[in-house]
Amino acid sequence: MLDRHKFLEKNSLVLTVAILVTVAVGGAVEIAPLFYLESTIEKVEGVRPYSPLELAGRDIYIREGCYTCHSQQIRPLRDEVERYGHYSLAAESMYDHPFQWGSKRTGPDLARVGGKYSDEWQRQHLIDPRSVVPESVMPPYALLDKNRLAYHDIENKLRALRLEGVPYTDEMIENAKSDLEAQVDPFSADYDALLARYPKAQIRNFDGDSSAVSEMDAMIAYLQVLGTMVDFSTYEAEENYR
Amino acid sequence: MAASDLHHAEQRGGDVMLLAAGLFVGVLSAVFTAARTADPLMSAHAMMFLAAFVAGAFALAQYVSTPREAGPYDFGVVRAGVIASVFWGLAGFLVGVIIAAQLAFPNLFYFPDLPWSSFGRLRPLHTSAVVFAFGGNVLIATSFYVVQRTCRARLFGGVAPWFVFWGYNLFIVIAATGYLMGVTQSKEYAEPEWYADLWLTIVWVVYLVVFLGTVLKRKEPHIYVANWFYLAFIVTIAMLHIVNNLAIPVSIVGSKSYSLFAGVQDALTQWWYGHNAVGFFLTAGFLAIMYYFIPKRAERPVYSYRLSIVHFWSLIFIYIWAGPHHLHYTALPEWAQTLGMTFSIMLWMPSWGGMINGLMTLSGAWDKLRTDPVLRMMVVSVAFYGMSTFEGPLMSVRAVNSLSHYTDWTIGHVHSGALGWVGYVSFGALYCLTQWLWNRKRLYSNALVEWHFWISTIGIVLYIAAMWVSGVMQGLMWRAYDQFGFLESSFVETVAAMHPYYVIRMCGGLLFLTGALIMTYNLWRTARGDVREKERAQGGALAPAPAE
Repeated sequence: MLDRHKFLEKNSLVLTVAILVTVAVGGAVEIAPLFYLESTIEKVEGVRPYSPLELAGRDIYIREGCYTCHSQQIRPLRDEVERYGHYSLAAESMYDHPFQWGSKRTGPDLARVGGKYSDEWQRQHLIDPRSVVPESVMPPYALLDKNRLAYHDIENKLRALRLEGVPYTDEMIENAKSDLEAQVDPFSADYDALLARYPKAQIRNFDGDSSAVSEMDAMIAYLQVLGTMVDFSTYEAEENYR
Repeated sequence: MAASDLHHAEQRGGDVMLLAAGLFVGVLSAVFTAARTADPLMSAHAMMFLAAFVAGAFALAQYVSTPREAGPYDFGVVRAGVIASVFWGLAGFLVGVIIAAQLAFPNLFYFPDLPWSSFGRLRPLHTSAVVFAFGGNVLIATSFYVVQRTCRARLFGGVAPWFVFWGYNLFIVIAATGYLMGVTQSKEYAEPEWYADLWLTIVWVVYLVVFLGTVLKRKEPHIYVANWFYLAFIVTIAMLHIVNNLAIPVSIVGSKSYSLFAGVQDALTQWWYGHNAVGFFLTAGFLAIMYYFIPKRAERPVYSYRLSIVHFWSLIFIYIWAGPHHLHYTALPEWAQTLGMTFSIMLWMPSWGGMINGLMTLSGAWDKLRTDPVLRMMVVSVAFYGMSTFEGPLMSVRAVNSLSHYTDWTIGHVHSGALGWVGYVSFGALYCLTQWLWNRKRLYSNALVEWHFWISTIGIVLYIAAMWVSGVMQGLMWRAYDQFGFLESSFVETVAAMHPYYVIRMCGGLLFLTGALIMTYNLWRTARGDVREKERAQGGALAPAPAE
């Protein structure tokens, strides 16, 4: 055995190939089946692609590194289900490129934060977290309220995601800009069309300022949709045990 | 000087021509991107690339007109690597202290008008600075040194090793400035965006070519064990980096991209990468350092050749399976979680096999722990390695993980490995390399190494003990029920309870940084050729203490 190893020690290219084969096995066995085993992602109703405004908010969430302190993944443990709500399903993040499950809870889990707080609370909390939660250690994000949202490339974002398998239609891509603007304007003419494209989308002026679409609008729209797409009163957990 | 001493392209192969052509293409793409982009972040990065490529062209002209390094080896690039390692180490530790201070004193260390200063942007800066900038430069420098010495061959590729050094550090600068500006793809330890990833891929392939090329022209019949580990590190990181960073850019002249995978598949790909960034960057690479520098410094052969072989193949085979333990109780299918946990527990054995091989190398030289603080630092690093590779499998057990996950226990675990193992074995190698490469008989001061060792060790103990307590406490508080069956603590009560431990952690980090500053001073004086006045009379660094 040891004598045979001398062969590898004298042939660097064979050694390199042997290393590559050895380290490729584990990943191949663990990751590849996730792409073809049908049970990997549960069959549920209601999960839709993010609306353009929600997607823009998600990009800000990523830009600011929120994932470094907040998870979006509720484990099926009694205390977590009671604290945060129904445990997270794989289906709920199937359009998340990349996933935002996180790895650390310096702050609380956000998988179902949608609808838990008012828009005004979210805005105030993002501007100055300690003004509403004195013990918080979160950084202030006051600039979100001042920064206009840059969304000149929103169609391209939808297009890139469609290439990766997110079911954005031509219609959604064509109307991305107007949909984004319509979601902060409850009196918009596009109200019904937006709702038809993105069922149950919340349409209102999230930051309370109607002069322009701010980064705060996008961020709150994203936070308010988190965890709200699946109707758990009709979800059959037993059918999806894996 | 004779013409044959010059780095002329025609005499030294196509390396210079190839690099010149590469720089030309680089300048063109940077100009094109800067001209076409509507994205101010991309524009800033295109200008940085452009400046780097132009500076590279001047450096190349300088390189061609200077005589090649005397002696049988290229050590200039290793010296540059030592300096870069120390610089990035200090930067990374400093940012670590700053973000620890932010969590301890949020009212003092957050600035609402400076978006780059928030925790969310600085934390990736810290992790990348210590792992990739400090650790990466240590690995490149030591691998270039070790592969030349153990193969008795000059580095392959002419100017290519210098390209690897500068190219890698350019990647670091692009990544770091990107985080500060908000350019990130949010995959932990793989945050740089697609164009930085592409650049790193080019640099890494050249790194592999230089390393393998040097091994191929070796004058020793056998490839030394340290080089197996370096090779596994380079090959595996290439595989992980390419697969985990597959993404589609929103625009070819924009900074934003979206990861090719989504949700559960993306999560497992990411932690397959993330755990093996630990396994192959922070473990296999640094084990190579252990296998060269400890025997060298102790002047003893590696304890067991047979154990080296078993250690190597079992470690690299098993490590790659361990990723799913980062996803216990998540929406990842349970079969994958169980597989990850099983292999994580099995990983304990090769890890300790390596630890034993490192520690037992001191057989017959244990007395040197008293007289040589540099060797002691490296031996303690192996002890920390043993401790964190026992803790890791423990935390990978689902039941334990349900408590430890998402808490500071994980942060403590990482830092016992990062500060204790990676930090100390790197410091040991840096002390050795500075002494050897600048041709000094001894370090400027062994007493300062003692100070470094003890101050840092106290810092590490404060850090990991604080994180154990806060992590376990927070995990228990999250799941505590009162007598009426209600959750006992609101989330924010558990945050408030962390405060004293966050302060202790910050102090621990400050001590570790202080130790590194002492090391920097010591290395600088050593490189200058100074010897501390008080220690001049004591003679050589390795002289044994007189028997009592």
